[in-house]
Amino acid sequence: MARGSKTILILAPEFNIELTSNASSLVETREMSLVFGRQTVLNRISLSIPRGQTVAIIGESGCGKTMLLKSLVGLLKPTSGKILFDGVDIHSLNDVDMTRLRRRFGFVFQNAALFDSMTIGQNVAFPMTQHGVPSGKNADTLVLDRLAEVGLPDAVIAKRPAQLSGGMRKRVGLARALILEPDLILYDEPTTGLDPIMSDVINELIMRTRRKYPVTSVMVTHDMHSAKKVADRIIMLYPYSRLAKGESQVLFDGTPDEIDHTQDRRVRQFVRGEAGERLMEMRAARTENAGLGDLDTLKHLDARGEE
Amino acid sequence: MKTVTIPSNSNRLVEKIGQVSRDLTMRCGNFVFDIVSELGDIVIFAGQIFLWIFTARPKKETLLPNFYAVGVLSLPVVALTGTFIGMVLANQSYTQFKNIGLESRLGAVINYSLVRELGPVLAATMLAGRVGSAMAAVLGTMRVTEQIDALISMGANPIHYLVVPRFLACVLLIPALTVMADFMGILGGYFYSVILLGIDHAQYIRNSRDFVGGFDFFAGVFKSIFFGGTIAVVSCYRGFHCQAGAEGVGRAATAAFVLSFVLILVLDLLLNILLDVVYLSIWPGGVKLF
Repeated sequence: MARGSKTILILAPEFNIELTSNASSLVETREMSLVFGRQTVLNRISLSIPRGQTVAIIGESGCGKTMLLKSLVGLLKPTSGKILFDGVDIHSLNDVDMTRLRRRFGFVFQNAALFDSMTIGQNVAFPMTQHGVPSGKNADTLVLDRLAEVGLPDAVIAKRPAQLSGGMRKRVGLARALILEPDLILYDEPTTGLDPIMSDVINELIMRTRRKYPVTSVMVTHDMHSAKKVADRIIMLYPYSRLAKGESQVLFDGTPDEIDHTQDRRVRQFVRGEAGERLMEMRAARTENAGLGDLDTLKHLDARGEE
Repeated sequence: MKTVTIPSNSNRLVEKIGQVSRDLTMRCGNFVFDIVSELGDIVIFAGQIFLWIFTARPKKETLLPNFYAVGVLSLPVVALTGTFIGMVLANQSYTQFKNIGLESRLGAVINYSLVRELGPVLAATMLAGRVGSAMAAVLGTMRVTEQIDALISMGANPIHYLVVPRFLACVLLIPALTVMADFMGILGGYFYSVILLGIDHAQYIRNSRDFVGGFDFFAGVFKSIFFGGTIAVVSCYRGFHCQAGAEGVGRAATAAFVLSFVLILVLDLLLNILLDVVYLSIWPGGVKLF
């Protein structure tokens, strides 16, 4: 069992739907697949995320991490399989119930996705105005409290997103995601594009959030330092197109300590940041495109130092 | 029986022609399929807009900025272009009408053209260029930067929140813009004809009044409502289905204007036919009664 997991039985009385899962898992995917045209992005993914756990989903670009994250909150509909939130199949809900359920999600987007047409204060307050919870002075106080929690001064409230730095925008995105104290918070590459210090600030904020609120977190990241520091559990996905037939797309599912001792070559390469056979594949593809097929030519190109 | 042997070169040629014709058929098929599929998507999109209009009232905070952008900010450019169109019409028609001694009828042709055709089409073209492209660009940028996903994730419906206010602004305010284009065009035509070309004021007014009826004015305003709706649906649809990157946003804005403009002209023709049928069914002799 991964660190930090808890078993709490909470049913979903507000939804008139039969629960189909053990409710100790807040989020569960069952044989979930996502296909766009002829391209399979996710193939039969089955995961269970217990309440209170912080999970980091890692994997190279194009392996479907962000697609998985967006599917978990109903932004993408799986081609097959189920996604259960608190035991409820989210894709069986009608629009009204889905909107109500979304109050329990917080999503921190890769580039914050703040609304350009609104001030920072309006951005942070948006989930409250949308769901009609607290308004007036209480709402203003809550916005200021959340901004203070992520280390932003009151003065930013009247600014526009374009006037803030990347790190500040991400912190505003986090404040907005936290405003309704969600049960599940999802981070899409929270440290990408930030300097190492700001990356660590974001990591600390994620950890502080987990300590302060009883929140379950799912974080998609390339950043192994962040994943190891923040997560209780790491899941590594692999691009479906690169898998052998019948192989699972989830290459690794374990604790940060376990990932350092894994025997899987592909996981080790990712963790250490090694290109491995990819360079050879790139060269072979270039040679093929140039109409040169044999190994001698490849060696010849290498000898000439062409890149 | 004599057997004809086809040389191998001819065989290859026949094969090549077969291949080319197969490719061509496939491309034509794909093209038609894409167009039909896109039209279907646009109709579904429009259906969703209507559904939201009748199920949830849009918020004042989302309506007012759109009404301001579509109505108030478009007024000067519509008024200016309307004035010049009126003057250009007078300038172009004067010589032709003078040659046949009918220059006193200039008011009729200018005002009829303006009220029935040029006013609504001009207002719609200005709206498509100024507002439609901007809508596609803004919504496209919101799509690319995940702001639309953010809206959904926070429980807001993007059609209700983003599209309905834009649609209502276009549909409700384009009649006002059309009236403004008509009015300024009539003023411009009067100024050029009566003040600059010296046509008799009383004859100009009388001919205008005799040839331009209330139905013509109604027809122009009625058509404009459909133009406004088309601009909003097409532009918002293009923005929502924008491809990634700056190029994708640029393409969405251009495509929104081009498709809106083409549809405005097609609708103009269809609505004119419909209005003529309605007019003739009410007044079979074709006499204007009001």
